[in-house]
Amino acid sequence: MQLGEKAGLKPSKPLRDIFGEAILEVCKENSKIVVLDGDLGNSTKAESVRKAFPERFFNIGIAESNLTCIGAGLAACGFIPFIVSFSSFLLCNAYDQLRLAIALSNINAKVVGSHGGITLGKDGPTQMGIEDLSLMGGLPTFVILVPSDPVSMHWAVKVAAEHSGPVFLRSSRVAMPYIYNKLSSFEIGKANTVRKGNDLTIIGCGLMVAMALDAAAELADDGIAARVIDMHTIRPMDRDIIAKAAEETGAIVTCEEHLLHGGMGSNISRVVAETIPVPMRFVGLADVYVESAAPEDLLAKYHMTAADIVSAAREVLKVKGG
Amino acid sequence: MAGNPNIRELKKLKEIARDLRIDILDMTTHAGSGHPSSSWSAVEIVTVLYFGGYLRYKTEQPLWPERDRFIMSKGHAAPLLYAVLARAGYFNRSELMRLRQIDSPVQGHPVQGLMPGVEATTGSLGQGLSLGIGHVLGARLNNLHYHVYVLLGDGECEEGQIWEAAMAASHFKIDTLTAILDYNKYQETGPICREMALEPLVEKWKSFGWYVLEADGHDITDLREKINIARAPRGRPSMIIAHTVKGKGVSFVESDYSFHGRALNQEQAERARKELLCS
Repeated sequence: MQLGEKAGLKPSKPLRDIFGEAILEVCKENSKIVVLDGDLGNSTKAESVRKAFPERFFNIGIAESNLTCIGAGLAACGFIPFIVSFSSFLLCNAYDQLRLAIALSNINAKVVGSHGGITLGKDGPTQMGIEDLSLMGGLPTFVILVPSDPVSMHWAVKVAAEHSGPVFLRSSRVAMPYIYNKLSSFEIGKANTVRKGNDLTIIGCGLMVAMALDAAAELADDGIAARVIDMHTIRPMDRDIIAKAAEETGAIVTCEEHLLHGGMGSNISRVVAETIPVPMRFVGLADVYVESAAPEDLLAKYHMTAADIVSAAREVLKVKGG
Repeated sequence: MAGNPNIRELKKLKEIARDLRIDILDMTTHAGSGHPSSSWSAVEIVTVLYFGGYLRYKTEQPLWPERDRFIMSKGHAAPLLYAVLARAGYFNRSELMRLRQIDSPVQGHPVQGLMPGVEATTGSLGQGLSLGIGHVLGARLNNLHYHVYVLLGDGECEEGQIWEAAMAASHFKIDTLTAILDYNKYQETGPICREMALEPLVEKWKSFGWYVLEADGHDITDLREKINIARAPRGRPSMIIAHTVKGKGVSFVESDYSFHGRALNQEQAERARKELLCS
């Protein structure tokens, strides 16, 4: 079954294609935006800007540290740099530069980590961004955005450009079906409830929001009403919506295409522990590196499917029921 | 005091250099830590840039878009940066004694945005040249004509990012950037030639497409001459390898590299002050 099918979601193009459209759109609106590419513009789709605005597009080559600091220098001159590459290469190679030149300097630079998660698939673990959220978590001044569909990607790119200060935005190779429509609204740090329910809450980000909606549809067949929340902003995290979910539903499952250690779920659990402690379960990548394979095979093997969310939900409901 | 002092008199510039050395001594000894010897080796370079008519700046408008940039890539020479910024008039000299104190913006290594005139956050080595390239690309887009100076450490050139930036600067045909290498021949744990094979430096930079000059980094006249040549537009970036002495000006520091990252105690500071005042 296709992702989002059970929940009745409309399929879309790969998220990176949407990013390519969104970055071009903001470049048209704001002449201060410049794009810095780590020689992967054809994969991240940032190359849309190269064609339209060649003077505002810089391929810095395969040199992420240099890429990041050149972007920081441009930010110091009043430009809004979007520094774009694969999450894995950019964050792991240039962490020191992200830390000093952007985070500690608290400058107005945007970092786009593409190919987040394991669903880039066949290129294998060397290319996968499975630690991007935890790494960005270590850079306190960064806002961290994880779009979950085309509409939220367009919003995320636009709001990243508008927000004054460092922003990290996760992009992915995989297609994510439509969760939102033209009327949907977003705000940095305010998570969206995308399905109502009071028996338990499933909180996801990125690809796993559609997966959570599929899981919720399946649970509904058994008469279980799961609330689903899209935690599109990992920092600042929406503490209120988490506390309210804990209070009203009494059980929480988190799901993310990321290592469980230091990812969205572990941050949510801190909020739960500090507000209204309730039983929780966590769907995501345990402490392993995955292999080269088709995305759907990887998601199945590493227990990150709608069925796995359903199992986690049943488990946490048992604990809740005492 | 506004910026752009253009002091031609050699004696006057030497006096400023001496006073900066004393400021560096006072602030690091007061702080009880810091890198006085790494600061002292670059004093003449920075003196010439800020007071010899090279850097155009407005202290009352630190982010004046047309200002020339000075990026202290070897961030451990922060005491020198603060001393020269104070003397240039960016802030009161009393701030210098707040180096490394609680609730002070005068950080052990420079942090952008905390003190006026500090262009970049540095201290993890290797980043300044790339930042400088960003400022040059920004100038091109903004149609501004400022010059960017980046002061590099010699040990810093062991960082891979330096060579990423070296390659990019010549790729982008950047000729409004002059890098100056404070070649004092020592890194944290010992002589560079013993710790890492940095030479042949001139050939390395040349092979990356740079126009390379060498200078006596303590000879103000020679520095002036070489900066004048380096600044001329020729379609590629310029590097001045400035031969310097670590701890320059204080004999017992010059001969002892263990002073890297160490402040002088009160007794040593008194001896150092006497030497500096006699120079």
